[in-house]
Amino acid sequence: MKNKEKVSEPLFHIVKRGNLPTTKSWLIRIVSIVAALIVCGIVTVLVTGENPFEVYGTMISGAVGTERKIWSTAQNTAILLCISLAVTPAFKMKFWNIGAEGQVLMGALASATCMIFLGDKIPNWALILVMVVASIIAGAIWGFIPAFFKANWNTNETLFTLMMNYIAIQIVSYFVFEWSVPAGSGHIGIINPTSNAGWFPTIFGQKYFCNVAIVIVLTVIMYIYLKYSKHGYELSVVGGSENTAKYIGINVKKVVIRTMILSGALCGIAGLLMVAGTDHTVTRDTAGGRGFTAIMVSWLAKFNPIYMILTALLIVFLQKGAGEISMIFGLNESFADILTGIIIFFIIGSEFFINYKLKFREKTKEVKD
Amino acid sequence: MALKPAIELRNITKTFGSIVANKDVSLTVDRGEILSILGENGSGKTTLMNMLAGIYFPDHGEIFINGEEVVIKSPKDSFAHGIGMIHQHFKLVDVFSAVENIVLGIEEKGRYNLKESAKAIKKICDAYGFEIDLNKKIYEMSVSEKQTVEIIKVLYRGADILILDEPTAVLTPHETSKLFNVMRNMKKDGKSIIIITHKLNEVLEISDKVSVLRKGVYIGTINTADADESILTEMMVGKKVDLNIERADIENKEDRLIIENISYNNREGVNILNHVNFTAKSGEILGIAGIAGSGQRELLESIAGLRHLSSGSILYNNAETGEKENLRDKTPLQIREMGIRLSFVPEDRLGMGLVANMDIIDNMTLRSYKKGKSVFVEKKAPTDLANEIIEELEVVTPSAKTPVRRLSGGNVQKVLVGREIKANPKVLMVAYPVRGLDINSSYMIYSLLNEQKEKGTSVIFVGEDLDVLIELCDRIVVISSGEISGIVDARNTTKEEIGVLMTKGRSADSNEK
Repeated sequence: MKNKEKVSEPLFHIVKRGNLPTTKSWLIRIVSIVAALIVCGIVTVLVTGENPFEVYGTMISGAVGTERKIWSTAQNTAILLCISLAVTPAFKMKFWNIGAEGQVLMGALASATCMIFLGDKIPNWALILVMVVASIIAGAIWGFIPAFFKANWNTNETLFTLMMNYIAIQIVSYFVFEWSVPAGSGHIGIINPTSNAGWFPTIFGQKYFCNVAIVIVLTVIMYIYLKYSKHGYELSVVGGSENTAKYIGINVKKVVIRTMILSGALCGIAGLLMVAGTDHTVTRDTAGGRGFTAIMVSWLAKFNPIYMILTALLIVFLQKGAGEISMIFGLNESFADILTGIIIFFIIGSEFFINYKLKFREKTKEVKD
Repeated sequence: MALKPAIELRNITKTFGSIVANKDVSLTVDRGEILSILGENGSGKTTLMNMLAGIYFPDHGEIFINGEEVVIKSPKDSFAHGIGMIHQHFKLVDVFSAVENIVLGIEEKGRYNLKESAKAIKKICDAYGFEIDLNKKIYEMSVSEKQTVEIIKVLYRGADILILDEPTAVLTPHETSKLFNVMRNMKKDGKSIIIITHKLNEVLEISDKVSVLRKGVYIGTINTADADESILTEMMVGKKVDLNIERADIENKEDRLIIENISYNNREGVNILNHVNFTAKSGEILGIAGIAGSGQRELLESIAGLRHLSSGSILYNNAETGEKENLRDKTPLQIREMGIRLSFVPEDRLGMGLVANMDIIDNMTLRSYKKGKSVFVEKKAPTDLANEIIEELEVVTPSAKTPVRRLSGGNVQKVLVGREIKANPKVLMVAYPVRGLDINSSYMIYSLLNEQKEKGTSVIFVGEDLDVLIELCDRIVVISSGEISGIVDARNTTKEEIGVLMTKGRSADSNEK
């Protein structure tokens, strides 16, 4: 009766792959980036009429064209990497900490406060020490609060940490206005512009050297902490299965709180780096969305701090390059975001093809009578 | 001309990555016939049936229904061909009544006429001998009643071919025989039935033909009349298996764990365990039988220090000091620090007991990582332990660094049981240790438990297969709705006696409501 329509196979179906060898999976990733660049090129030509190769060239020179640009890219990568390192233990524990933004801001505010009020009163080395301690404590408190509520009353950490961001932004806004220079302007401006008190020193002629060096050390420490320490082991077990953690006698509450204090503290350090090593001021945009971008960096690297160097670099590279093309070609800033979006979409999409493959129809069948 | 078979599969092949789930499977089912598909876990029974149900699509091969070739791309297609599958996990809306669930999803113009539907459904019930209250809500139903609703649902929609995926796994012996009666009635009515199972006695009792799969490969089909347990086992496993479980008699047993009057209420305040009393002795296997969800899980977890009891005590009788120590309200860590070696193999292996994403070595580390003062985890001992277990228990794995989620169910269980036994326990609790395991692995687990018993360990075994409980255990505690309904000597009891105890108290409960 309905024979004709019945005997038609689907064009393709999705099949799970077995284990791919590492080389092959990297090949897929590279192919996906190339494909992304081709699609970006087509979009560029269609939307703007510019030569895509020139656009890509501009992107590269925008990110690493001059020594100054290289250092700027390196310093931005360092900050993003630092925040990514901070959120990693929480995410590995399956604690959805999207409050890095607020934790960074609190750290930054604490540093700035020390610089403003202690700037001329104590020696510079002591000031920096105080700033380190203050920013770590401020970030840690911002991480502790949602963890405490989660551990004791099982509150939703995603909403909680998100709300904590808004609180942090408002607190910073308040103090920026209170302490604004000149009073009432709404800007703090560069703090200690003449004495440079509380500024990270310039080393080898590079003012960002300290930031980069500190983050490299933190990356190595975080790698070891997650992979070899008892704490790192415990938080992976809690993330893998909370019931198994309880079964084995791990104090889950303690681990959750401890890990979030660590996560917040590292965000605090990122805030310190922003204030003492980069901006020398604090605004409500100091974190600038990096608390969220960091989550993507961490996931893309599968929570491996060493891979995170690459993923953080990739994101910063794309942002810098995109910024450059919007400037040179006079394109809308949003166009750069479109390109970044396409590239990240392809990178994430490549993971699908690493795990699955499409199986196409092999033969077209004759309708039997 | 001979009647065409209701279903014919020809050379069906399905692969998942490098895993071949089904390879060149061909079989036929006639109208009014019951076919058993027999095979160990992971042999591809469910995958094969899911291709008939439209959930998977075969890589190769053809399907014929009543002699015509068909392509089944979705459950809807499957239904259009009169195929109805009853899955292991029911797909019912809890807050709806039986009737509402049965008519749900049928495309009708306007409003559902529930009264008319109820009449039609009643007719089906009477024709096949289903006993069910159609206005009862699903959440008030027992597992067996839910299953009945699922079966009526597919019949109501006019299915001629029924596929039942392990229907008896969740039923008591009495409920199973009721189901079999219904199946016989359906068969008389000309329906074709495929039943997936790995229980040999059921195959022999209910089916006309048996098709056997082994590791995805079709082994053959024989008439049930020509089959017996040893022939079928040989087909399933590929070699002769000794199906006898040894049971040694141990002398000088002493009380090891004394459970006194314990009660437990869950977070919602519902009473799960009600004044439970029993004693587990050294050198014996104490079975715990009961319908799934009667409080077995909570009982073991309470002993392991994972739940807070509302009353009673759990006394550990320390033979060396002669003291009785109360384990109530102690955490697993405190119990270990008291020097009491209590091992526990929980039913949800990957959800509790192991971490699925971690490799075998890291899973071995779970029990020992806290040792020593160093801030770093010591890996050498767990690595040795992992290799030892892989070798001794013949765990099939690419390496000790493979995440356990990649291992098959049997190998996962060997890893867990291996770790718990290597801790040299004084008390060993195991919950459904052979669930999902093939025959060989199951018998290996039984002999490991027997070994522990002979070493003087007190083994507590929560099981679902009454035949095994009776053969393996020394005594059996029967639990029903959180209460102990009887403790029997396994050497002098019958399945029927235990079956009656398992449902005791349930009817009284529902009368109260």
